[in-house]
Amino acid sequence: MSDRIRGPRIGRSEAAQGYLLVATPLAYALLLLAVPLGAIVLFSFWSQDYLTIDTTLTLKNYREALSDPLYRQLLLRSLMISAAVTAATVLTAFPIAYYVSFYVPPERKAMWIFLITIPFWTSYLIRVFLWKVILGYNGVFNTTLLGLGIIDEPLTFILYNANAVVITLAHAYAPFAILPIFVALEKIDRSLHEASRDLGEGYLSTFWRVTLPLAMPGVVAAVLIVFIPTIGDYVTPMLVGGPDGRMIANMIQTQFLRLNNAPMGAALAVLTMAMVSAVALVFVFLNRRFLRGRQ
Amino acid sequence: MKDTRATARPIITLEAVEKYYGDYHALRGISAEIRQGEFFSLLGPSGCGKTTLLRTIAGFEDLSAGRLFIDGQDMAGVPANKRPTNMVFQSYAIFPHLSVAENVGFGLRRTRLSKTDKAARVEAALAMVGLSGYGGRAAHALSGGQRQRVALARALILEPTVLLLDEPLSALDKKMRDQMQGELRRLQRQVGITFILVTHDQEEALIMSDRIAVMFEGQIAQLDTPQMLYRRPVSRKVGEFIGVMNFLPARATVADETHIEVEAAGLGRAVIGPDQLPGGWHPGQTQSVGIRPETMSILYPGETTDRRVATGVVEDLSYYGDMTYYEVRLDGVERPMTISMKNLVGRPVLERGTEARVAWDARSLVLFA
Repeated sequence: MSDRIRGPRIGRSEAAQGYLLVATPLAYALLLLAVPLGAIVLFSFWSQDYLTIDTTLTLKNYREALSDPLYRQLLLRSLMISAAVTAATVLTAFPIAYYVSFYVPPERKAMWIFLITIPFWTSYLIRVFLWKVILGYNGVFNTTLLGLGIIDEPLTFILYNANAVVITLAHAYAPFAILPIFVALEKIDRSLHEASRDLGEGYLSTFWRVTLPLAMPGVVAAVLIVFIPTIGDYVTPMLVGGPDGRMIANMIQTQFLRLNNAPMGAALAVLTMAMVSAVALVFVFLNRRFLRGRQ
Repeated sequence: MKDTRATARPIITLEAVEKYYGDYHALRGISAEIRQGEFFSLLGPSGCGKTTLLRTIAGFEDLSAGRLFIDGQDMAGVPANKRPTNMVFQSYAIFPHLSVAENVGFGLRRTRLSKTDKAARVEAALAMVGLSGYGGRAAHALSGGQRQRVALARALILEPTVLLLDEPLSALDKKMRDQMQGELRRLQRQVGITFILVTHDQEEALIMSDRIAVMFEGQIAQLDTPQMLYRRPVSRKVGEFIGVMNFLPARATVADETHIEVEAAGLGRAVIGPDQLPGGWHPGQTQSVGIRPETMSILYPGETTDRRVATGVVEDLSYYGDMTYYEVRLDGVERPMTISMKNLVGRPVLERGTEARVAWDARSLVLFA
């Protein structure tokens, strides 16, 4: 009691204590998130005038970004690659999460989840380089297939193109997709499956009518978690994407650092964010629909 | 009414059913017949195997040995979704992503009914459990009692041969439970389907059942009508589990086929019939007699009786309003016994330490020997 009364003046009321508590993270978020974001948005409405920046507000960059086929193609390709990564990741993550949730004995589940996170113990860069070693012309994959006599010459469609980007990213984001789906599956009351069986449904129809709808919140979460960061991924397409695997983030980097056109880069960045937000909103809406009627 | 049930054909036949979980022996040689249209209860403490037995009937557990017939069909290898049974789960297992109507109509997908016919069936099932007009509600917006009714409607809509109920009332509060007991009984008479109820509540089993199987440690200790279970338990364990029973050390000798002579501590000598030895004669076992609290009464001063009379002291009492439970220690007996008395006009509650004359009948004794 007496400690509270003699405490620092600013921490007297509960509200003030609360503000004090959030002040540091708030300052952090403002300085490192809101300010740069505002700067990017502001830059996107300026224009580059050779070496100087013309600060009159204009929609020129957006007009160019949406009309130039190069930018349009890059934006579209990023969307497609990200969608492919998301689909590949979630579709492979679901069976794994399902297996761990339904077939691994309870006392071993923690162990399995732990094992699934092991890829995170090494740097992402190292993992990307490892994929180069695996997928390369003389890589592990090709040598094995050649050695087994399945192919006559090394496969070239698996490295330095969009496929390589999808494979590498799908592997990198797998745990992010497995965990939310696993949690959603764990939360399903097992007697619901028995109830479905009892009411005449087989294993497959029970999956479609009970398990999948109830796991949907986890699936939607996994989709968002994978989709949002992959659309703006920069490292992976640069290292394994080759010319055909370049994505919008690579173009943004080029605009900022090579072409010295920060306003154009900013406009592309804002467009990418808008695209991500639109897709995310669709899924949030879907999730709300699936959450309807849940406890 | 009871008579027609007694002669009804068996709808479920269990033959020496065994169930192991690894080393754990959950069901030990269960043999029983459950009759068409009866309200049958599996009663026992937790871990006695009653739920396991219900789940083997439903098809959620395989038998380790023995055979199970439902309506004459051997159920070996028949999965749960192909059995003519439906279940009301302890948690109710209401699908949270579906509406009340979608829950109730869940099992109708495989029937070849038109959409309107299905809707009519769902509405009829909801009406049967008193939930008319609730079809459009979200499942999560229901109270505990309503969820239970939805679970019942969902199981009964498929008109199963046998309805299985796994402790359906244990999650409800006392008042709701009393109401649902009556409703379940009424519903069972109305639809005429065999109900098998799993419960650990002996009162619930007595109130609702035509017959009860009392289970201990994976075995059926006694299968009988509620009255016979209460009045003629086959063992001290059954007698203790159902209601309150007083036990007194005793010595018994068989006089002839129809008479058994008993010398019970505190009560004295009595002659009883063979029906009062429901558990049979096991030479060498410690002998005792059991007697229910309400079959005895304490005589007030000046009161006379033509029943047998024993004497003792009131050691303690519990007042319940309508009843008083006295702890009376009979002369020559170590442990006090419970005697219940209705609190009638002119029968004041006795005080501790009162010398009491206890009236009893030889017909109320059960001998465990």
